[in-house]
Amino acid sequence: MNNILEIKNITKRFPGVLALNDVSFNIKRGEVHVLIGENGAGKSTLMKILSGVYQPNNGLIYMNDEEVKFNNPKEAQDAGISIIYQEFSLIPYLNAVENIFLGREIIKNGILAKRKMKKEAKNLLKKLDVDINLDVPVSQLSVAEQQFIEITKAVSINDSILILDEPTATLTKNETELLFNLIRNLKDNGTTMIYISHHLEEVFEIGDRLTCLRDGEWVGTEEVSNLDENKIIRMMVGRDIKDAFPSRDYETDTNDTVLEVIGLQRNESDSEINFNLRRGEILGVAGLVGSGRTEMVRSIIGADKVYQKDINIEGKKVDINSPADALEVGIGLIPESRKSQGLILDLSVKKNISIASLRKLLKQNFFLDKKTEKQKVVQLINDLNIKTPSMEQEVKNLSGGNQQKVVLAKWMGTETKVLIFDEPTRGIDVGAKVEIYKLMNKLIDEGISIIMISSELPEVLGVSDRIMVMHKGKINAILDNKGQITQEEIMYYATGGTEYDSAKSEQE
Amino acid sequence: MIAQNQNKSKSVRLKKLIKKPEFLTFAGFLVLCLLMSIFSEQFLTSRNLINVARQISINAIIAVGMTFVILTSGIDLSVGSVMALSGTMMAASMADWGWNPVLAILFALLVGSLFGLINGSLISFAKMPPIIVTLAMMEVPRGLALLYTGGYPLSGLPSSFSILGRGYLFNIIPVPVLIMLIVYAIAYLLLNQLPLGRYIYAIGGNEEAVRLSGIKVKKYKIFAYVISGFTAATSGIILTSRLMSGQPMAGIGFELDAIAAVVLGGTDIAGGRGSIIGTIIGALILGVLNNGLNLLGVSPYVQRVFKGLIIVLAIYFSSKKKK
Repeated sequence: MNNILEIKNITKRFPGVLALNDVSFNIKRGEVHVLIGENGAGKSTLMKILSGVYQPNNGLIYMNDEEVKFNNPKEAQDAGISIIYQEFSLIPYLNAVENIFLGREIIKNGILAKRKMKKEAKNLLKKLDVDINLDVPVSQLSVAEQQFIEITKAVSINDSILILDEPTATLTKNETELLFNLIRNLKDNGTTMIYISHHLEEVFEIGDRLTCLRDGEWVGTEEVSNLDENKIIRMMVGRDIKDAFPSRDYETDTNDTVLEVIGLQRNESDSEINFNLRRGEILGVAGLVGSGRTEMVRSIIGADKVYQKDINIEGKKVDINSPADALEVGIGLIPESRKSQGLILDLSVKKNISIASLRKLLKQNFFLDKKTEKQKVVQLINDLNIKTPSMEQEVKNLSGGNQQKVVLAKWMGTETKVLIFDEPTRGIDVGAKVEIYKLMNKLIDEGISIIMISSELPEVLGVSDRIMVMHKGKINAILDNKGQITQEEIMYYATGGTEYDSAKSEQE
Repeated sequence: MIAQNQNKSKSVRLKKLIKKPEFLTFAGFLVLCLLMSIFSEQFLTSRNLINVARQISINAIIAVGMTFVILTSGIDLSVGSVMALSGTMMAASMADWGWNPVLAILFALLVGSLFGLINGSLISFAKMPPIIVTLAMMEVPRGLALLYTGGYPLSGLPSSFSILGRGYLFNIIPVPVLIMLIVYAIAYLLLNQLPLGRYIYAIGGNEEAVRLSGIKVKKYKIFAYVISGFTAATSGIILTSRLMSGQPMAGIGFELDAIAAVVLGGTDIAGGRGSIIGTIIGALILGVLNNGLNLLGVSPYVQRVFKGLIIVLAIYFSSKKKK
């Protein structure tokens, strides 16, 4: 009875792919079991089998020593397994309370007991130490807030096994801490958790045991206390990654400005945003979720309407009222959400890559030059090491890291001077991250300058030449990143501090 | 990395063919033709087949514009009314104002395109839902056509004008069929050989991603509706020529036949996938069904029931395939 769940010889085949090959391991009652592996390793498939979405071709699952078979998610849920997916399952037009109680509304005398539900929701959120506006549709809340509602909803149903699929991928450091507290509380109450993650720090923070999958096969299950980061990375990729943040040679000239943003205000009451971007640098943009980073870059490229802004490119004033204008003057955005903003999932890899540069791929100035298009796409697929069976493959079938490379490839086919990356490595695995960083370096070598929004502080510190920290819609600090900046200093500015004293913070 | 597969085997090619969205439609079409030729001796005669082709031409041409619009995730309910107004305006310009036929034809195309422009602009700039905008635009052109004609057919067209609707090329190919083939050839070119076509598909797949890729989404959406107005007007010209009069009440319910042809042709009603070849096969299925059931003496009322069932079946298959 020590094992709440036993996974025995699970095999799952998809047309042309062996997603899981004879995977066996156990989950102990009351533990936080971390499941780790690169994208495409089979983690999600396994979780979908445990939660009844897929049925295995082979193998058995035992829950409390009894064999179980889930034909659909409902059966898994009834048995006590619930899952929080990376993609939210909230109804965008309902508010937090309505979402939390969706399908199990409290009814009094035949009508909804709205006040009671709101009170209960408030209590739940208070326990998690989260402050969320309960009266607006969740679509108006930030990504992080939506995720918290999702998690709250799941933990409010009394479950014996909770599967968390990369819950921190979109959370800031503070929010992550809150989540970890919650996980610890749940564990004390006896909930067993399976925790899927890419973040190695998290493994040590909350994991009891760890199982690693690679290419659909079981690599090992270990006590976390017996592991260190290098060991885990070796398990994941089967090799050592020496250089998490590859270095680059380009020397930026402080006087060589590519992009100037002057007096940017989204609304009349907002404070002005002013900054410039030097040629060949990576300007990291740090800040908490909701600090206005994404909104700022969307304003720059004309995706959103603004109250006022002046943009200079290489000293010349330009008018940017739409993303098309931005492309015209050489600015491209690689948006925060690959799937909803970066890709056309039903179209092929080829068509996604070439969409922004079709105007340059014409013959007789009119017809599409499909031959040249194919050549350029093949070139980019090889250059970026995009793993796809063919360029005609629909992009939705690629892994997260490869999808991100497709978005990148799209912009490499255009002649941009400035590329803006919004959370470029969110939800992609360690190996693919390094490849993305290398590609950024390559772009720099080709004379492109980069603005990179990131919520991962090690990434901001490891990649940026300068770091711009935002707080509540304004720039709170711009720091030269020459190795002395700490994560604490960035957090200090991100939470509204104005003059950081490193000596003082060390004393504390 | 891309696997080197220069020498595709036959089975791979066959698999690729089967996966094409229009394959199922085409298979269905062949089965339908087979059934019809078994049950009716007259079906497989060249005279009957040419007749079918002529009968479908008007719907098939409207369905071209409808394909563009549906690919962008839109819909155009105004095509029947736009067709009627284009036809009556052309008739009026010749019969009442004494214009020469060429000018009158251009005028009709202009009227159709103009309403497409209005539809597209309201949808793109005012961000109104396509179904509502074009529902409203079912009324305006129809009202204008009735207003001008007083509700009566407008006749008195120059006799040479009948060639577009009643003429034959080499005494065998009906002119409407010829026009249909030309329209399809141009549409194929636009959708498959120009950046425009890529944008149309991509907008239906994920409009925001296309916009952030620096493409003028509004322009291309408007263009789709202009094409729809243009092809509706083209059908209006053919019908007016065939009847030798401008009919203000022409084209009622034609939007549904056009949508049916597009959907039967394997185009996703939600946009983003489909093909123009599929659309012409869809129109052919509707035409053969109509013709065959007529030959078999099935009541027109029963025919409508059949048509409805076939459309439901087509949508069932296409939504099943998507999963």
